[in-house]
Amino acid sequence: MSLPVEAAEALQTFRNASGWEQRARLLMQFGDRLPALDDAQKCEANRVHGCESQVWLVGELRDGYWQFRASSDARMIRGLVALLLLRVNGLSAAELQQVDLPEWFTQLGLSRQLSPSRSNGLNAVLTRMNELAR
Amino acid sequence: MMIPSPWRADFPAIAALQRQDQTYLDSAATTQKPQALLDALTHYYANGAANVHRAQHLPGAHATQAFEDSRRKVGQWLDAGDSGQIIFTHGATSALNLLAYGLEHLFNPGDEIVISALEHHANLLPWQQLAQRRQLKLVILPLDADGLIDLAAAVHLIGPRTRLLAVSQLSNVLGAWQPLTALLAMAKAQNALTVVDGAQGVVHGRHDVQALGCDFYVFSSHKLYGPDGLGVLFGRNAALEQLRPWQFGGEMVLDANYHDSRFRPAPLGFEAGTPPIASVIGLGATLDYLAGLDQQAVSAHEAALHDYLLRGLAARNGIRLLGKPQLALASFVVEGVHNADLAHLLTEQGIAVRAGHHCAMPLMKSFELAGAIRVSLALYNDSEDLERFFEALDQALELLR
Repeated sequence: MSLPVEAAEALQTFRNASGWEQRARLLMQFGDRLPALDDAQKCEANRVHGCESQVWLVGELRDGYWQFRASSDARMIRGLVALLLLRVNGLSAAELQQVDLPEWFTQLGLSRQLSPSRSNGLNAVLTRMNELAR
Repeated sequence: MMIPSPWRADFPAIAALQRQDQTYLDSAATTQKPQALLDALTHYYANGAANVHRAQHLPGAHATQAFEDSRRKVGQWLDAGDSGQIIFTHGATSALNLLAYGLEHLFNPGDEIVISALEHHANLLPWQQLAQRRQLKLVILPLDADGLIDLAAAVHLIGPRTRLLAVSQLSNVLGAWQPLTALLAMAKAQNALTVVDGAQGVVHGRHDVQALGCDFYVFSSHKLYGPDGLGVLFGRNAALEQLRPWQFGGEMVLDANYHDSRFRPAPLGFEAGTPPIASVIGLGATLDYLAGLDQQAVSAHEAALHDYLLRGLAARNGIRLLGKPQLALASFVVEGVHNADLAHLLTEQGIAVRAGHHCAMPLMKSFELAGAIRVSLALYNDSEDLERFFEALDQALELLR
């Protein structure tokens, strides 16, 4: 399965990043570019539980293709979620079922963010996405 | 000013963590272990494991001897004397649940259980659930501005309906000794039972349960440089007479029939099933090690480190401490910075601190905070650990601001 164009660009950028500091800066930049959710969407029903910070995730199928939107009050998780959305937005339902998201974060050099002891919530976001896509 | 720890080399994991570029400042969650404990565990398993209190054979006799020696050492550590018994449980949480179930028969609807606003979930939820089972009122003692239980308020809240008071000796979030003497006196004046959660307090200094005068004192081994899976419940003799067995099974029984049984008195009557034998023996070795240290030197070291920590935090802009920490730890938030972001960047730099609600959600809610960063200290930490933390903190804040 080929990468969406924006995901391929992000992958290139993260592969060129050296050290935690640069990756952190990139994460914040990607997070800042995430389109804002409006207040009505930041509701309890859209909240992803199991995160240290508040994370909201909304998803809908448009003409057979997934469009997710998300936000968080914390910047690092917002960046991680932004990278997630780059990878999955525009995929068909069948493609979304097949995509290996942990592998995506491994490619980005961010696999540690998915370790079970992490309370940042990325795992919870992936679980929620699976539930929405089921 | 350098503050070296003369005991650092006694804890092999500290050097191992350092080789992985990890600075361990999360000892209020769990501690690293002294070599003396590792040796005791190896010795026990290498020389013949056996169950305790049941076998007539020699390995069983050795294990039982070592197990009961540990019980005696714990009693000495708490200066329990003949005033009560030491019961081994599977953790401090288990010990508090044992109390909440084993004392349940004493409560009638409308009776009151008093706890404080700063309790760890382990000393909140067992009582909250007991209150729900028995239609009791759970009374929460408020805190003053410094994070101490407010005695002026407590005077009015501890009353004739109070049947039990359960409070922490030292808060795992606020790092302040709580005014136990006054609180216990108020509870006793109402003939209420008293429970002290010593999970954090027992790690710092020595405590005399007879002088303290509580009915029950609870702590967990793993926070006191001992093995995990082991909790300690001290109970005063008179109070233990009111405690009923909670868990049932092997070894706690005097006589069993198909339809009824009689149970042993404390401590064995509250130790159903095979206890964590190796952990009990290991805790004994840890206490031997700790008893061999110059307690004054340890306290002075911890105080110096804590002072160093507070000064460093105070020297930085926008840092807000939770309460007024006196020792052991400091929890803080940074203005305009999400604690999850700060935690992320400290982790990236190999700083092991705790972030989040610290198992005290209601307390965090009362501060209107979703979480905080907690730096906690142990006797093996030194000023270099704190310097590495401060460097990482400065780097993280520079990135985030």
